[in-house]
Order: sequence, then structure tokens, then C-alpha cells
Amino acid sequence: MNQNGSEQKHYIDQYLREDRMPHIWCPGCGLGSILHCFLSSLIKSGIDMDKVVVVSGIGCTGRAAGYVKLDSFHTTHGRAIPFATGLKIANPELQVVVFSGDGDLIAIGGNHLIHAARRNIDMTVICVNNFNYGMTGGQLGPTTPLGARTQTSPIGNYERPFSLPYLAAASGAVYVARWTSMHVRRLEQTITEALLKRGFRFIEVIAPCPTTYGRRNRQPTGLDQMRYYRENSIIRHGADPKDVDIDLNGKIIVGKFIDIERPTYSDLLDEVMQRAFGTELPKDDTSKEEATVVGSAPK
Amino acid sequence: MKYWRKTLDQDQVKPIRGRVEVLKDRCKQCRFCIDFCPKQVLEESTEFNRKGYHPVYAALPNECVNCGLCELICPEFAISVVPLEEEEVKEEARYV
Repeated sequence: MNQNGSEQKHYIDQYLREDRMPHIWCPGCGLGSILHCFLSSLIKSGIDMDKVVVVSGIGCTGRAAGYVKLDSFHTTHGRAIPFATGLKIANPELQVVVFSGDGDLIAIGGNHLIHAARRNIDMTVICVNNFNYGMTGGQLGPTTPLGARTQTSPIGNYERPFSLPYLAAASGAVYVARWTSMHVRRLEQTITEALLKRGFRFIEVIAPCPTTYGRRNRQPTGLDQMRYYRENSIIRHGADPKDVDIDLNGKIIVGKFIDIERPTYSDLLDEVMQRAFGTELPKDDTSKEEATVVGSAPK
Repeated sequence: MKYWRKTLDQDQVKPIRGRVEVLKDRCKQCRFCIDFCPKQVLEESTEFNRKGYHPVYAALPNECVNCGLCELICPEFAISVVPLEEEEVKEEARYV
């Protein structure tokens, strides 16, 4: 019996912490759709669920780690990527997914993002972009388009925003895509494809935020924002990331922009370890030895 | 539905049918499913759920083609679509 008092269950409930449901996301928010797409693509990709780790930071999107019934960690503000980096290096078998918002990954955690992309650490980053700091009341963020009104820019934003695919691609990500929360099928396919790839994979998902962003920008409901995405999205696969800026009330270029191969951080680390210690000390043995040392240390 | 011309294999190919199941108490009335359903199957009901919203219901259940878009786009994990077996489709006879 779930919290709603009924015996009925949804098929995705097996991957959700039902005691946490219903979630805190507002009516009209796109985060639930994106989380559903993510869980659905995890099922479709056939990855062992025991090896998946979801890491998120602070913010509305950061709540996702608390809602999924997988190994997950809700880190401090902006530090989702460093935590995920540590996880991946310590246990390379894990499939690490960072699921967080623009305020967390791009504003306070921007430095971690560019360095993780530069090192090409093997992880999937799903960055939900709602153009403002939603949880704290809709302040101006680094992704707010020029001219947009927010709580702290009541007469319009005059700061130039980041173009997230451009930032990720320039930093060295091997897979860069952008969708909106309206493109659920394509988003599902893209996440599935990204999960099965190696390297730093960055997916920007544009989501409506009617409560704090939309109502100040003449899109008072989530449905208005979704309709805007439907009418103004242009699918252009392989577009140059430097041409995909988002303007207020302008066209949104979506699609898969970058899909290349590059040696990952773990590959290069392995190579250096091989060169330094030779083939007699393969990586697995070292990790076991270290594990025993660490385990016996407190005695 | 009116077909302008009949395809050669019309007897063998059967359109897939689905049944929309809504967990009424989860619905927050965002209307995404109503707007994006390609067959306009769903509509808002007049009843209230526990939260005070008007939950969606399948107003035209016979039109559902089991595409699963409402299931995926629902931010509340409230809608699921179940493919109908052939016998069930015959029972609820659809197209004339």
C-alpha cells in the first residue's frame, strides 16, 4: 500500500522510494518527466541496477537522488561532480550518473564541471536547466537569458549567460546533447545512448519552472512553457555548439551536438600505472592490497 | 476513422491498442498529458482527488494506440499505459 492509500502501483515505482512520494516538485515542473525518462532509459539500456550510482547536488533537481531507489548520494552544493569523480576512480565498475541542476553544476560547481570534462572522467552528467535558481525563489543565475526577468533582475537581465553545450564541448566532453523536457522520447534515447558510451557525457535538459521563472516571463504555467518548447525547438544534430545560444523567446536548437571518442581518465591512469609498475602489478591486485591495508589499519 | 484507401495487408495488420490507467491521487493537473497526447484521449475530470486537483481520465479510451507518451511525460508518475490483448480489443469493439 502506497502513501496515497491505494493498492495501485506504477511500473516505475520499483525504482522510486515510495515513502518519499509524492515529490516536492511543483505542478507544471518538468523534473518528474526527466526523472522518468532517466529511469526508463536505465531500464532500456540493460545496465545492472546494482552498479548504478546517482549523485546530485543541492536544488530542486538535487532531490532526484533522494527519490530514486538506487545507490545515490545527495552531496553539498556544487560538489556532485567531485564526489562522482572519487566514486569512479575508487570503483571503476560503477556507472556514475550526476543528475543536478544548472545552479548546482554550472554556477557553484562550474569549475568542477570544466575540469571533469577536461580530464574526461567516465560519467554521465544530466544537467537540468530551468534558467534560474528555482528552489530559493527564482534569482538570476548564470544561465538566465539576456533580458529575462527574475526576482533579482526585475527590469531584465543584463549578464551574458553561459551556453552549456558550448561550455561542455570546449572543456572536452565527448558527448554533448541538449533536449527539452517536452522531447521525452528523444531524451530517453539520448540518455540510453550516453549511458552506453564511455567518457564525460553531458546532456542539457531544458525544463519549465512556472513558479519562479515562467510567471515572470509571460509563461505562467508549465504547459505554456512546454508549448513554447514545442513551437520553438529546432532539431539540428551535429550543430556547432557555438551556434546554440538561447535567447529569451527565441528559437532553441536541440539535438546531439558532439559524439567523439577520446581516452578517458581511467585509461590514461591505467597506462601510467602500467608504465610505472610494469605488468607484474596489475590494477586489480593493487586495489585488493590497498583494501586489506585500509581494513586492518584501525587495529 | 475513415481510411481513404485500403492497404493490401489490412486484414493481417492490427493497430495496437492500449489502456490508460491513472493513479488519480497523484495527479497535479499540469495538463501535459492532455496537451501532448497525439490522439487526444485524456481529459480533465470534474471530480476532486485527495489534493484537490481534478485528475485526468481517459475520455476516449478507444482511441489509445499505446504510444506511451503520456506515461513518459507525466511528471507525477501517475499514468501508465497497458497494451491490450487482442481478445480485449475485440470485446471493446473499436472501429466500424
